[in-house]
Formats: sequence, structure tokens, C-alpha cells
Amino acid sequence: MLRNIIVAMKVVPKPEEVSFNPETKTVDRSKARNEINPADKNALELALRLKEKYGGKVIVVSMGPPIWDKYLRLAVAMGADDAILISDRALAGSDTFPTTLTLATAIKKIGDYDIILCGEESSDGGTGQVPPGIGEWLGIPHVTFVSDIFEVSDDGWAKVKRTIKGGHEILEVKLPFIAAVELGCNTPRFPDFRRKRWADREFQLTVWNIADLGLNPEEVGLKGSKTIVVDLEEVRPPERRREILTGEPDDLAKKLYELLKEYL
Amino acid sequence: MEEIWVFIEQDDGVIEESSLEVLSKAWELADKGGYGVSAILMGSGLADKARDVGRYGAHKVYYIDDANLRSYSSELYPMVMEWLIKKYDPNTVLFSATRNGRDLAGRIAVKFKSGLLAHVIELGFDENGDLVGKVPGFGGNIAAVVKCVDSRPQLATVTPGVFEAKDVGAEAELKVVTPDMELKPRNIRIVSKERGEYLDISKSERVVVAGMGTGGKLDMVRELAKLLNADIGVTRPLADIGVAPRDIQIGSTGVTLKSKLAFILGASGAPHFTSGIKDCGVVITVNKDPEAPIKDYSDYLVVGDIFEVIPRLIKLLRGEEIA
Ligand SMILES: Cc1cc2nc3c(=O)[nH]c(=O)nc-3n(C[C@H](O)[C@H](O)[C@H](O)COP(=O)(O)OP(=O)(O)OC[C@H]3O[C@@H](n4cnc5c(N)ncnc54)[C@H](O)[C@@H]3O)c2cc1C
Ligand SMILES: Nc1ncnc2c1ncn2[C@@H]1O[C@H](COP(=O)(O)O)[C@@H](O)[C@H]1O
Repeated sequence: MLRNIIVAMKVVPKPEEVSFNPETKTVDRSKARNEINPADKNALELALRLKEKYGGKVIVVSMGPPIWDKYLRLAVAMGADDAILISDRALAGSDTFPTTLTLATAIKKIGDYDIILCGEESSDGGTGQVPPGIGEWLGIPHVTFVSDIFEVSDDGWAKVKRTIKGGHEILEVKLPFIAAVELGCNTPRFPDFRRKRWADREFQLTVWNIADLGLNPEEVGLKGSKTIVVDLEEVRPPERRREILTGEPDDLAKKLYELLKEYL
Repeated sequence: MEEIWVFIEQDDGVIEESSLEVLSKAWELADKGGYGVSAILMGSGLADKARDVGRYGAHKVYYIDDANLRSYSSELYPMVMEWLIKKYDPNTVLFSATRNGRDLAGRIAVKFKSGLLAHVIELGFDENGDLVGKVPGFGGNIAAVVKCVDSRPQLATVTPGVFEAKDVGAEAELKVVTPDMELKPRNIRIVSKERGEYLDISKSERVVVAGMGTGGKLDMVRELAKLLNADIGVTRPLADIGVAPRDIQIGSTGVTLKSKLAFILGASGAPHFTSGIKDCGVVITVNKDPEAPIKDYSDYLVVGDIFEVIPRLIKLLRGEEIA
């Protein structure tokens, strides 16, 4: 029987809806819809499957603004047993260093964990640094690019499938450990309608601030960060001809043939 | 002299090419800033390879030889790296942003409370000697210039393929070092490894790319690629569902193509994908949706159904007649 399975989950703007304002040099997220970071949904799905097989409690933890509430509820609707949001103004501007500190401190506070799951990377920042960083703070093993966890044994080991260059490896890892779950490695379930209603209306979300975690404002947020952003710029795609070719399949095949001829 | 270190990745004795790209870049930076460059290699029975590695731009190669370091281990590699950094106190440590490079760097950053610049596409030092890099985000459409503060060592992972590995003929001094610790896997053991032949399409001249519009039926795509003497690439979801290996996935979490020709079938053109085709010469796409975002990333967008157009094209390429 597993103890807690903790999923670190983040909310991100859809990358295709984020634009860049070259005048103000800022990222405009106002028109972008948010979503649960795609890889984190895979992590949650894996957590729920582990729970179904080996027992335990799935707890989602997120560090972000209060508006993430509804995404945490969505995770609960999908099947998570509990959800905790760490929200504090002092956390604004955190890079991975204070982010890993804050999440690790919260995970310690939750306690009794056997497996901690993250996504492989976040689709906005996309560093993949958070999972190994949390592992270091907690002093537990970490494994990245994990596509499956299976054969969790009574003596506290699990088998883990990890993607490597050219294929994969199977590792045996001692519990407790943290794994970064590969994007797309499973199909996240849809929430059950009734559970969704319950999650939206009745579920009590736990919210912690940094004082609840015993952290002080100096060690988190912008102040606690080890990197600073000094400039932002748009990476312009190269100008393409953007010629649109239409017609009947036969014509299109012939046009393509003409275009490709020089490569034959 | 302050040192820039470059972690040289290897697996079963095969050196990761992108590590050498980083080493050559470090050599160039060191030349400007008056740093020494050391390559860090861990493995088993690789002393000769260690010497060769140095040619790509190192004054010294630190080599740690142990049977347990034959392959990457997220348990042992961070331990050895920590020991090395504590002993020799480098100014900067660079990694290629491969799976293993990112894995190791993330752990080292917290060990040393260091700033870590992620998968940079440009790298340098500012006038105070702080490490500065350009970090792409949001699938690669926006880049932030990010700087390490109060960090020793300062860390960065470097996107594979952005710098060139150059044999600069550096004559590196080989230093075989033995950490005073027992390198025994305690918490992570490798049970097995399964690897096919690794397909490197990052330098292919021509690539046919299959997206979800192909429905994962790659036979037609393979035939087309053969006739065009091209290699095959895929969008991420096709690798996710397992019809193609991850190694040939194109985009921000895969390969960045440099091909002269990219012929793309049934891909919508999501930002995480298009960042992988920005360096291509000519981009020709087929999509049944004329409004798919891929249109802005195409030189020619053929509006049509792949299953109608491509079989006909294949016939033409074979020299057969169509109506
Ligand atoms: C963190 C993160 C990292 C990612 N990294 C990558 C990455 O590295 N590479 C990557 O590719 N993706 C990546 N993605 C996923 C990416 O966001 C898109 O989901 C993906 O690129 C879409 O793949 P697609 O274009 O093949 O499929 P779809 O978006 O489903 O597009 C299919 C297209 O095919 C067309 N089509 C369908 N049928 C036909 C037909 N019969 N004939 C002609 N056209 C047809 C449709 O009109 C559509 O435009 C990442 C996502 C995240 C969150
Ligand atoms: N603010 C956050 N709150 C909760 N989890 C996070 C947060 N940031 C990162 N993570 C987790 O760490 C993973 C990797 O993120 P990153 O290192 O930012 O690419 C994500 O997929 C999440 O699982």
C-alpha cells in the first residue's frame, strides 16, 4: 500500500495564444486561455493509475496565483483526493531556485510521501529543472523523462521506464522518489460529471502562504532567485513565401512534383 | 585562472556530440574572457577518448574512471560532480541540454544554490563576469535574456545544434581523478536498456515530416521519403503514440532541423513544432485546412487531403502517369 502520491502541477497559458508586444517588450498573456500544463496532466493520470493499483492518496500541489483554484478543482474532479495551492505575493518572480524550495517545503509539510510526480517540463518556461531540484531539497532520488512506473514492491522499490537517446531504460528506484513524467505518455482521463460538480461546489481547497511554510520573503520570489531576466525579445520566424496552392488532387500532385523536381 | 567547465556526456563509451559543441563554445568564450576551460568526463575505460575530447576546446580534461559511471545515473553523476566542483571551484559549469544534461544540471543548481540558465541559444559573460544567456520560451517564439546572480558556479544548459563542434586542436592535459567516495548505486539501479539504432536527422539535407494528419500511417510517408532520398521526421504526438521513435521528433522538445528541404504532411504548426523548422531552407506543406497556422511557416502550402495528393505524387515520382 502506497502512502501519499504527490503531484506538482502548474497552470500555463496556451503557447499559441501568447503574443509578444515589441513596444512594451512584454509578454501578452491576456488573450491566452490557461490550461493545466500538459505534461502535468500525464503526471496526474499516472498518479491516479498508481493509486488504483497500489493504494495511497493523490495530492496535488501547486505554487501560483489564486486564479489557479479552478484548475486544482479540475484535478480533483479527475480523481485527486486533495489539492493544495501555495499562494503568496512574495512568491512573484520566482525562478526555479525558490520554486523548488517552496514546493519541497510544502511537500515536506504534507509528509508521508512515497512518490512525487511532476511533468517533464512546463510548456511556458520549459526548463525541466524543477523535478531534480525538488529531489535535491528533499534528499531523495529523482528520475526524469519517465513514461511509466510499475511493479511497486512491498520492500519499497519501483520499476521506472525512462526515455533515453535511441530508446529507453528500466530502472529500479527506491521509494520515496520524485519522477518527471514524459509528456504524452498516457491519455489523461476526463473528469466524471458528478465528481466535477462536487469539486467545483463543495471541495475545500487548502491554501498556504509562505508563513504557513515557515519561509521568509527574502528567500523566495524575485529576491530569492538566482537568475534575473534583463530583456525579452521576439524570436521571429524566417519570412516564408506563404504561397497557397489549391486545386484538384491531380493538379496538386503535379504542382508538388514541379516543386520537388530539383531535389530528385 | 578561473575556469569554465563543460560536462561531456557519454553513454557506454559513445561521446554525445552536442557536448563537444558546448566545449567549442566555451573555448571561444574563454579566449575572450581569459578563462581556462576544462572538460569533465565520467565513464569507464575511456582515457583515450578523454584525450580526443580535449581537441574540441579544453586546457584540461578531468576524467573519472569507474565501472559504475559507464552510463548516466541521476544518483552517481551528481555526487561526482558535486565532489569535483567542491574540490576545484570552477567559475562556470556548462551542460548540453540533453535529457541527461538537464537532469544533472537541475540537481547541481540546488546543491550549490546556483543560477541555472536553461537550454540557451546564445551565451556569454557580461562586464561583471556574470553568465548571460538567451532562453527561448513559449515553444520558442519568445526569448528572454537571463543572467545569473550571486552564483558560483554559474550554470547553463545549451540547446543542442546551436553551436558548432570544432576540432580546434587544443592540447589538453589529461587529469585522471578519483573521488574519495564509494560509487555504489544505492537508490537507483539500471535493470535493462533497450535501444534501437539512433537516427540523427539534425543534419539531414531533406526531411519528410509526418504530422497527425497522416493518422500515424507512415508507410506512404516512408515510400515518399525513399523516392525523395529524404529522412523521416514526425511531430510529437506521433512519437507519443509510439508509431515513430522519439529521436526523430521535431520541435522544441525534439530535433531542430537544418535541412534544405522540409516537406511537411498534416501538421498544424503549433509553436512547439515550428521552432524546429525555422532553420530549414524551403518548407513545403500539405494540409487540408488552408487556415492552419502552418501556413505562416510555409513557402508553399498545398491545400488538400494527403491521402488523395500523396499517392498521386508518388506515382509521378516513380515516373508513372496520372490522369
Ligand atoms: C511542453 C510541450 C512541448 C511540445 N513539444 C513539441 C515538439 O517538440 N514537437 C511537436 O511537434 N510538438 C510538440 N508539442 C505539441 C504541440 O503543441 C502540438 O500539439 C503538436 O505539434 C501537434 O501535432 P500535429 O500538428 O501533428 O497534430 P495536429 O495539431 O492534430 O494537426 C494535424 C493537422 O493535420 C491536418 N490534417 C488532418 N487530416 C488531414 C488530411 N487527411 N490531409 C491533410 N491534412 C490533414 C489538420 O488540418 C491539422 O492541421 C509540445 C507540447 C508541449 C505542451
Ligand atoms: N509553480 C509550480 N507549481 C507546481 N509545480 C510546478 C511549478 N513549476 C514547476 N512545477 C512542476 O515541475 C515540472 C517541470 O517544470 P519546469 O522545470 O518549470 O519545466 C512541471 O511540469 C510541474 O510538474
